[in-house]
Amino acid sequence: MATMAAPLEPASEPHAHELSFVKRYIFSTDHKIIGIQFLLLSLVGLFVGGLLAMLMRWQLGFPTEPMPGGGILPETMAPGGILLPEFYNSLVTMHGTFMVFFAIMPLLVGVFANYLIPLKIGAPDMAFPRLNMASFWIAVPAFVLMVSGFFVEGGNAGAGWTSYAPLSANPEYTGVSAGQQLWCVSLVVLGLSSILGATNYITTIVNMRAPGMQWFRMPLSIWSLFITAILTLLAIPILSGAAIMLLFDQTLGTHFFLPPGGGQPLLWQHVFWFFGHPEVYILILPAMGMVSDIIANGSRKPVFGYKSMVYAIIAIGFLGWIVWGHHMFQSGMNPLLGTTFMVSTLFIAVPSAIKTFNWLGTMWRGSVHFTVPMLHACAFVAMFVIGGLSGVFMASAPVDIYIHDTYFIVAHIHYVLFGGSLFALFGAITFWYPKMFGRMMSARWGYAHFFLTFIFYNMTFFPMHGLGVGGHMRRIYDPTQYEFLQPLQPINTFITISAFLLFATQLIFAVNFIVSWFRGAKASANPWNDTGLEWTTPSPPPHGNWEETPTVYHPPYEFSSPLVEEDSLMQSQRLEQPAVSQAER
Amino acid sequence: MSWLLPPGVSTFAGDIDRIYYLILWITGVAFFIVEAGLIWFLIKYRARPGRKAHYTLGNNVAEVVWTAVPAVVVIMIGVLSGGLWNQLRGRDAIPDDAIPVEVRARQFEWNVTYPGSDGEFDTGDEFTTRNRLRIPVNTPVVVYLESEDVIHSFFVPAFRVKQDVVPGMRIAVWFEATVAGDYPLECAELCGNGHTTMGGTVSVLPQEEYRRWLTEQNQTIAAR
Repeated sequence: MATMAAPLEPASEPHAHELSFVKRYIFSTDHKIIGIQFLLLSLVGLFVGGLLAMLMRWQLGFPTEPMPGGGILPETMAPGGILLPEFYNSLVTMHGTFMVFFAIMPLLVGVFANYLIPLKIGAPDMAFPRLNMASFWIAVPAFVLMVSGFFVEGGNAGAGWTSYAPLSANPEYTGVSAGQQLWCVSLVVLGLSSILGATNYITTIVNMRAPGMQWFRMPLSIWSLFITAILTLLAIPILSGAAIMLLFDQTLGTHFFLPPGGGQPLLWQHVFWFFGHPEVYILILPAMGMVSDIIANGSRKPVFGYKSMVYAIIAIGFLGWIVWGHHMFQSGMNPLLGTTFMVSTLFIAVPSAIKTFNWLGTMWRGSVHFTVPMLHACAFVAMFVIGGLSGVFMASAPVDIYIHDTYFIVAHIHYVLFGGSLFALFGAITFWYPKMFGRMMSARWGYAHFFLTFIFYNMTFFPMHGLGVGGHMRRIYDPTQYEFLQPLQPINTFITISAFLLFATQLIFAVNFIVSWFRGAKASANPWNDTGLEWTTPSPPPHGNWEETPTVYHPPYEFSSPLVEEDSLMQSQRLEQPAVSQAER
Repeated sequence: MSWLLPPGVSTFAGDIDRIYYLILWITGVAFFIVEAGLIWFLIKYRARPGRKAHYTLGNNVAEVVWTAVPAVVVIMIGVLSGGLWNQLRGRDAIPDDAIPVEVRARQFEWNVTYPGSDGEFDTGDEFTTRNRLRIPVNTPVVVYLESEDVIHSFFVPAFRVKQDVVPGMRIAVWFEATVAGDYPLECAELCGNGHTTMGGTVSVLPQEEYRRWLTEQNQTIAAR
């Protein structure tokens, strides 16, 4: 049963006012401050990733034209404002790298695992607050290392975010050496940060749940962050190992992946994707969990089929380990393995479908309030469905022969990672912003940002399916070189303009985020009338979170419960007459 | 933009396309059901004063249905795809009478080697062309792919053929073109700074013309 471990770290004492500014906000051991630090760092990462995408889109939309303002880029990147192919390859690589490792992953895990876990399970802080502080301050140099690749001789890594060897393993093939080495070192350093974080999240959830917070009383956000932390702990060391082997091939003359010395290029792909596919679920599970919380709140109803949702999360987490080969159907891997991986991959559709139908079930006969977070959560469901369904095409190995390495894949990943994860993140940031900063984000600007993002997002990414079906390869610098792609060029131009509009729209979010921090309306303790424990403490919560540890009496989503008059029943609210929720009967 | 595949001109293009369109239908129907349901619920159950949400925790029958139905559908897709995959890439997939050709990829070109008059490689009578693969129509062809440097990918969209070319490996891929003409050959795997320029042509020649061309080439080699 849930137990409450006594916090041993002195940092958990609720005497925040005694701490100096530096200890309180810079080298803080408070999980809330660390969450906010990750938020600021990864929003910068999101901006960098987006900016790189804009440069790429210019080249694809207007291939031979100098970029307006491109003159500020050095000769080694874009002489006369026209991007060089080698710089384009760095953009391809770094857009993916920043979005995956320095934006979506830290936003989901660094920010929300840190911020939400103690607050939602009723703990005063993480199990290991100093380890937690270290995990943030290790992520910062990783970020700096990755950015610095742009300023070294030879430019930044240019072998794609997947860094397929031997292209990545021998500088002769790309002209990039220091950049690729920085990529490896940065990911190893960042990996250490993720491992420390994951250890902390698992320990905290297992040991520090408040009295009454049984496993099946945990919100789905916590369940998904828990499974994600397990995936992280097991998957990241594999990436670190692979990156170190790649680094050795480049610098020490080893031949893990270089055929002239007996190395195997496919070994890199196996190891990378053995990490890479669990990583895909690291990038979506927390989004699914938080969306479940927001949809229940927005629909004023308990999550439909809560236990199925938990089992679906666990199933996705497990299946994620046995599907990596679907990235390699055309790689030269034994085709017999192709069949195996096709079957396991197709089965991922089942838990995904369970989750989708349960979200719809949650809205069914609800009382839907169209708050900004709720709109983003609904967009998540709508877009995730597209990303999930387009995944069925490439799961079928014969169909994948044609669409592999085309824009169809680009469309698919963006429907999952942007349409899925990022919409969920916009929802989650808006939803928990009042708790983090004690102020509300402007709803009016929130609606404007939501609708414009939704429209421009679909204008940007939906047509990419068509490009892929037309045979448009990924990662090519100039599609107009191919006669058969020339009829598709107007689509490329349309996508580029849409992407610029999409990027510009994010300015609304940035301004809303910053201005609300100082000028937003003061938030009450529970502005969304939610049922979670985090809403029982002031906004923002004090160091230590609660004066007195809360006790949990109810399941996580007791909205519109017949036990009470109001439409929400706090998890920690003790009823006069002890009553058991239907959920636990 | 279009969801229709460009015309396929190989014997198995139609089979691949059929599974593609089947999946397009299935996912299309699922898409409309889910998105329509989502929009319908959002409108129908929007918050209105005086109405409380209906408190319910779920329904086991519904859970079983929406677990079982997708499972049956994906098993069906898996069985169909598995059969075709085996037919294309299985152990005995390459037809015995396929004409052998060797394609060596390097940054950023395709070098096509023909076995010469004896039909064997490494016998000294081979000849090589760059960035153009000539094959006869209605004849199975097996291409042995090798790379001299990095991973490339041999992609002929019109044939529905894509196979990575991996240094240190010799990978066989086969196809049979059904319509004479010139078709683009591309590199589909990021292979370096000139990746975008790594294009070529597959010329599918009428059988007579192919034989004539081949004889000419073999004679040139023999005369040398």
